[in-house]
Amino acid sequence: MPDLRELYQDTILDHSKRPRNFREIADASATAVGHNPLCGDRVTVYLRLDDGTIADVSFVGQGCAISKASASLMTDAVKGKSKSEAHGLFERFHKMVTARPGDPVDTSLGKLAVLSGVCEFPVRVKCASLAWHTLEAALERKQETVSLE
Amino acid sequence: MAKPAKVLLNVPAIKADFPILQRTVRDKRLVYLDSAATSQKPKQVIDATSDFYSRYNANVHRAIYELGEESTREYEGAREKVAAFIQAKSAMEIVFTKSTTESINVVAYGYGLKGKIEKGDEILGTVMEHHSNHVPWHFVKDHKGAVLKYVDVNDDGTLKMEQYDALLTNRTKIVTVTLCSNVLGTINPVKEIAKRAHEVGAICVVDAAQAAPHMPIDVQSLDADFLAFSGHKMLGPTGIGVLYGKPDLLEATEPLLGGGEMIREVHLGWAKWNDVPYKFEGGTPNIAGAIGLGVAVDYLTTIGMDAVRGHEMEVTEYALEKLARLKGVQTYGPRDVTKRAGVVSFTIDGAHPHDIASILDVEGICVRSGHHCAQPLMERFNLPATARASFYVYNDLDDVDALVAGIKKVQEVFA
Ligand SMILES: Cc1ncc(COP(=O)(O)O)c(C=O)c1O
Repeated sequence: MPDLRELYQDTILDHSKRPRNFREIADASATAVGHNPLCGDRVTVYLRLDDGTIADVSFVGQGCAISKASASLMTDAVKGKSKSEAHGLFERFHKMVTARPGDPVDTSLGKLAVLSGVCEFPVRVKCASLAWHTLEAALERKQETVSLE
Repeated sequence: MAKPAKVLLNVPAIKADFPILQRTVRDKRLVYLDSAATSQKPKQVIDATSDFYSRYNANVHRAIYELGEESTREYEGAREKVAAFIQAKSAMEIVFTKSTTESINVVAYGYGLKGKIEKGDEILGTVMEHHSNHVPWHFVKDHKGAVLKYVDVNDDGTLKMEQYDALLTNRTKIVTVTLCSNVLGTINPVKEIAKRAHEVGAICVVDAAQAAPHMPIDVQSLDADFLAFSGHKMLGPTGIGVLYGKPDLLEATEPLLGGGEMIREVHLGWAKWNDVPYKFEGGTPNIAGAIGLGVAVDYLTTIGMDAVRGHEMEVTEYALEKLARLKGVQTYGPRDVTKRAGVVSFTIDGAHPHDIASILDVEGICVRSGHHCAQPLMERFNLPATARASFYVYNDLDDVDALVAGIKKVQEVFA
């Protein structure tokens, strides 16, 4: 039986109430907007790239606790990483939130592992991955809004 | 607090008719508070559809053999029951569709797009409509050059009737309005709205998706020109809906679907259509669905629609009162239960509706969260989303208590 405490751990609640890197970047080299029309969640991700490395990353927007915490944790996790490292992190993160409940959690994900409980709630996977999809779009400098249906 | 003393329906007896309400969810008693999205089905309805398939499955109309006669009798019998349920003059005023959505599209297409509406004609809606009563009219605007106008709502969730009067002119050809809002619960004064529409020569299209399941409907007293609702929200199966229309207007409406059933004779290059309502029922219809809907109508009629409405007013009053006592919880729509139905949208400070729904889910409570297919209304209230609890004949005050306990849990998590 899925545990609420698992989904709403203190770390997640903390990041949703006090999101890190929750600001705009004035001299951003790329931005992208993500939208989940189902719940009205909207996130804008800002990036400053320095020689292929994510020198700074931030986000603004509104959303549920899961999507906000995920965005906040993501910005902490990818800062200082190369594009391909960030991409690899997203792949492993996505695997974790879509895993079967009880599957071992990838320890290389570090703090991001607090979101592993999302796999018990398949309808919330989109909430947890919205910021990541938006980050990918920003990295690839796609202009259109990312829409998760 | 003591529970209201007024007589409620015998909910335990009603619950016993609904097999799904015997199950648990996540090891908890199922508390189903999402009937505005779709209702649960009593075993009488489930049995009627399976009975059709196991005993007399045959296509309707034109069959020469006994089985086909039986299925036609039951299918047309369901049409009679639906007609009586909404006080239509005749079963020939009842078109079976797949849903409210299809019913409204039939009118927008056949009466608007293919019919009388011309460039510059005005179609008057409201900001509280469900998407299914917005988008079909966009088609008429896009293809015919019709002008769309909308009546706003007051902060208490009622329509701005003085604005309605101001927007209503002799250019208005169609007024389209929901009888009951699926977000605010507001019951609109449709009788008055139709009367004023008729005074300027417009017709009145009524979305009764949230009304037909929950209160007595009298199309003659309302003087509605078209009225749409869905079987699945009123204890019936999915995939069956109803369009009521006045006979002359149904005549003046072109069919959406061409094919079998809807024709009298077909030649190469042209055809003569069948009579109303059959000209709108192209192709093999949802026979089992219609029969199931007929039995759902029987079920509701046995309880009595006045009793259904009375029960839901009590449950809603109790819920609004309980929620009002919770700090940090807001509800939307009229406070007066005589002006609203049992659809209660709410928000909780510091908790996103999605998180509310997830936490309630773990408690076995089903509520909806999001924009409820009413984005223009959400924008009007500047809300990205709400949570929504909705009640029906199988909900009692215990279900409200469970909701209140669940909301407290949400507040604990986000304290
Ligand atoms: C007011 C209203 N109108 C129309 C609809 C559409 O009904 P359906 O999806 O059955 O076509 C709904 C259903 O949510 C509704 O609440």
